[in-house]
Amino acid sequence: MIDWLLDPFAAPFMQRALLAAALAGVNCAVIGVYIVQRRMSFFGGALSHTVLPGMVFAFLRGLDIFWGALGAALATAFGVSWLARRREVGEDAAIGVVLSGMFALGVLMMSQVNSFRDFNALLFGSVLGVAPADLILTAIVTVIVLIAVGLINKELELASVDPEYARVIGARPDRMRTVLLVLTALSVVTAVRVVGALMATALLITPAAAALIWARSVGIAMLLASGIAAFSVIAGLIISYQFDFSSGASIVLASTACFAGSWLARAWRG
Amino acid sequence: MRYHATCGGHHAHESPALVFQNVALGYPGADSSVLSGLNLTLDRGRSIALLGDNGSGKSTLLKSIAGLLRLRQGKISVLGHAVGQCHHQVAYLPQHRDIDWDFPISVQRFVLTGLYIHLGWFRRPGRVQRKAAAEILDRLTLTSLAERRINELSGGQQQRLLLARTLLHGADLLLLDEPFNAVDAENRALVRGVLRGLKAEGKTLVTATHELDFGEDFFDARFRLTDGSLTEEGAP
Repeated sequence: MIDWLLDPFAAPFMQRALLAAALAGVNCAVIGVYIVQRRMSFFGGALSHTVLPGMVFAFLRGLDIFWGALGAALATAFGVSWLARRREVGEDAAIGVVLSGMFALGVLMMSQVNSFRDFNALLFGSVLGVAPADLILTAIVTVIVLIAVGLINKELELASVDPEYARVIGARPDRMRTVLLVLTALSVVTAVRVVGALMATALLITPAAAALIWARSVGIAMLLASGIAAFSVIAGLIISYQFDFSSGASIVLASTACFAGSWLARAWRG
Repeated sequence: MRYHATCGGHHAHESPALVFQNVALGYPGADSSVLSGLNLTLDRGRSIALLGDNGSGKSTLLKSIAGLLRLRQGKISVLGHAVGQCHHQVAYLPQHRDIDWDFPISVQRFVLTGLYIHLGWFRRPGRVQRKAAAEILDRLTLTSLAERRINELSGGQQQRLLLARTLLHGADLLLLDEPFNAVDAENRALVRGVLRGLKAEGKTLVTATHELDFGEDFFDARFRLTDGSLTEEGAP
């Protein structure tokens, strides 16, 4: 049994996959707690789709897709923020417009290439193909996200629970929101490498949603969500290796199972 | 590192607590003003009531003093500063519905947010702040609930929690929006006592309320908001 669990991680590429996925899982889980609690899951979901044109552009130009995805994610974050602030349209409508436009642009760019199969890694992830340089980038993003959250967690928390009071004391909840959007963009970009553009939302939302069912504070929710994300990554990679399943889908389904278990346990406990 | 607009500690002690000069207020996107032609001078240490029906503009007026609404016209001076320039001296008790009560935060941590204005960016509450928060919770008989999540409190307990945070802010000017909201009969006396204590300390109190169950002589003046304007009751 122990061999069955450990064998998948004997090869260096699997070790890199484990580390990259765990780091992406942790930074997504930490940011995801605020995204879920502030009812911004739609934005998180949109972000993972709107990175597509940036990734395709980078792919077609022979650049690292990380930078393409990051550019598109930041453009989405600032675009949605700007549109919503102008008040002509509601934030959910702004997200819907940007999401569909960006995704269609990505599909249009993909259609200029002969085969959609070239883009499998972008859509469904390529965690097994993580290079040492990707791992370093993911680690840097994780450190940035964790330090940023550590520094401004009390303001993020206040801006979430009582944005009016945050404004009254000059803690700038609008800026906190922008910072949160940028951190979300960074996290989603690392998740896209692991599970692909179509499933990156899962790493952002599912572990956090599972943790928030039980957590009594933001800090505990972040720890729990990180644990669930790490467990999902390990379990997903083992299942993917042993049964020859897609690694991204296995990780996402493992986290979905964690959510289902968490929800059922809570419902049973009452 | 201080938050935005804490007036750098330059306090104009001789200035009135509040001066309204021909002020018009309204919400962004709305064509008409909720209130207009407001003129008022309130000296420090005074306690006034803002009375009026639902939608008459009581909360709007408080929000404008708290710096939450841009003025459409005129000027508001708060403790000698332009509105929104001296946040640490202005505490605001919001209406109950303005809070996300489902957010996972404990009673103790919530009340500590009243001290964030004095901590500023990056500093976390320490032992001194936690002790101050514990004393305030004790004063409002919330100590036994300190570790509970805020959504586990009753409406009246949540209202006392908001009042506890407002007290911890330690401001000279307090803006209180329906402070008795959801407070049961047993705890009304407690809240009344706390508010009277603030008045005795020389704080300036502006209270939006439907009722006048604050005890005799609590209010130095009563203003009624009707049809978008402000008139002092009993004034000639």
